[in-house]
Amino acid sequence: MNRVINDPDLVVEDMLKGYVRAHSDTLSVAENPRVIVARTAAQPGRVGLVTGGGSGHEPAFLGYVGSGLLDAVAVGEIFSSPTAKSFHDAVVAADGGGGVAVLYGNYAGDNMNVKMAIRMAERSGLVVRTVVANDDVASAPKTEIAKRRGVAGEILMWKIAGAAAARGEGLGEVIRLAQKTIDQTRSVGIGLSSCIIPAVGKANFTIPDGQMEVGIGHHGEPGIQVTHIRSAHDMADLMLDIILPDLPILRGDEVAVLVSGLGATPLMEQYILYGELSRRLDAEGVGIQRPFVGNLFTSLEMMGVTVTLLKLDDELRDLLAAPCQSVGLSVGGER
Amino acid sequence: MSQVQNQSLPMRGAAYIVENLIDMMALQRAYLSEIDGAIGDGDHGINMSKGFSQARTRMAGRAQTPDLAAALDDLAMTLLEGIGGSMGPLYGGFFLAMSEALSTQGELNAKNFGAALSSGVDAVQDVGSAQVGDKTLIDTLIPARDAYHAALEAGQPFAAALDEMVAAAKQGQESTRMLQARLGRASRLGERSIGVLDAGATSCYFILESLAQSVKQGLTAQ
Repeated sequence: MNRVINDPDLVVEDMLKGYVRAHSDTLSVAENPRVIVARTAAQPGRVGLVTGGGSGHEPAFLGYVGSGLLDAVAVGEIFSSPTAKSFHDAVVAADGGGGVAVLYGNYAGDNMNVKMAIRMAERSGLVVRTVVANDDVASAPKTEIAKRRGVAGEILMWKIAGAAAARGEGLGEVIRLAQKTIDQTRSVGIGLSSCIIPAVGKANFTIPDGQMEVGIGHHGEPGIQVTHIRSAHDMADLMLDIILPDLPILRGDEVAVLVSGLGATPLMEQYILYGELSRRLDAEGVGIQRPFVGNLFTSLEMMGVTVTLLKLDDELRDLLAAPCQSVGLSVGGER
Repeated sequence: MSQVQNQSLPMRGAAYIVENLIDMMALQRAYLSEIDGAIGDGDHGINMSKGFSQARTRMAGRAQTPDLAAALDDLAMTLLEGIGGSMGPLYGGFFLAMSEALSTQGELNAKNFGAALSSGVDAVQDVGSAQVGDKTLIDTLIPARDAYHAALEAGQPFAAALDEMVAAAKQGQESTRMLQARLGRASRLGERSIGVLDAGATSCYFILESLAQSVKQGLTAQ
């Protein structure tokens, strides 16, 4: 295991030290060392936006703290939910009196900790509402859509909700838009290799050389099919064959496309895949409004990619185009 | 000298009940991790013991010894602060609800202990989504709660109802051995999770057993 680390048990602490030093112009660490807060957080009256999740997905989640995006993020151990107290402290840091929206992914640990965090926040009179992302099509059938996990589609949910909050919308409207965004978002992943949590020291699942796992989760959760590796052309078709009919996305629709590497897949290959997605969407008569390509939501050093499509309408298109600035994502203005 | 069996004990001076829980968890640390290692990630005992022992520090930081409700609140807040994953919110929620149910009470008796127990179990069910049979701490909690209330309704005294609770908790814990995990990390193992006790159901049995022993000690010691 060749790694750039000190102590395998302290990788999250050590990452946060470096992260805050590197980006101290736009963010800071709260009194709770597991909470990262935007310098623009808690503006009087504006709705605060919070998320949180396990580490190992960088730039998610902390990379999306910034203007026009999230106000505060709770940071967990690798692939493990932050504590209820950390979610609670993130809510407190994000609150500017306009209420707080906690927008997070559907995982058992996160669900439980957010629930207790809200109970704690309500004790101190804070108003908190939630939207739970469930964009991963392969994680459960459509008949059990509430069981689906949240993956890279969360980034688009934060972007839209962040723009709405920045525009001065109230908590109810921010929640409506976040929920609408995730309802119109579908994602799927393909894994090509496993990953190792430093403190564990060995991979907890394997993908044999020459194979790929379609529908794999962000922590190696089993996918729907293990098959021999295909060309980028065929991968794009395979992924869109899963995503398009699920919503469905049809001829004449417009979508935002987000391609994320899982950590160890070169950007070159992500663009090869984007080219193939764009070819297929053109052929289907689906318009691409706004593509995002990069290591936007990773799983340590897994090889593989996720593809996310958000079906747009006028209000979502405007909010997606609004400026935002963060380590992970910047739209409009200067960067 | 014959011991008198009281039916209540004062909340003030009952923080020892929580201190006993902390001592118990330190003792069970290695055993719980060993069970968890068979089908989980092997850190249950370590996490629980770490979380519980931090509660001692929080209680010691108070100006005066807390009453039972405040001590339970200290334990709950420490677990919510110190343990991520699912055990922090589940046990944090359990003890927080018990604390809230007892916060206005001057003494602990069979009736308000039963109400606090029910409230704690409700909180666990609200936070998690497990049903009986899913191979979780719910398999210990639900039969324990039901046995306690059944004993009270049958007219049994406080101490006897606690014994019924512990016996049912033990049965519930043992029942997880032959169950297949349907929730949590162990659920990924499918049938391979059969034959091993659930670590959460086991720590939950230890907690209820410790609570019962401590309360009974308080009922006889006055």
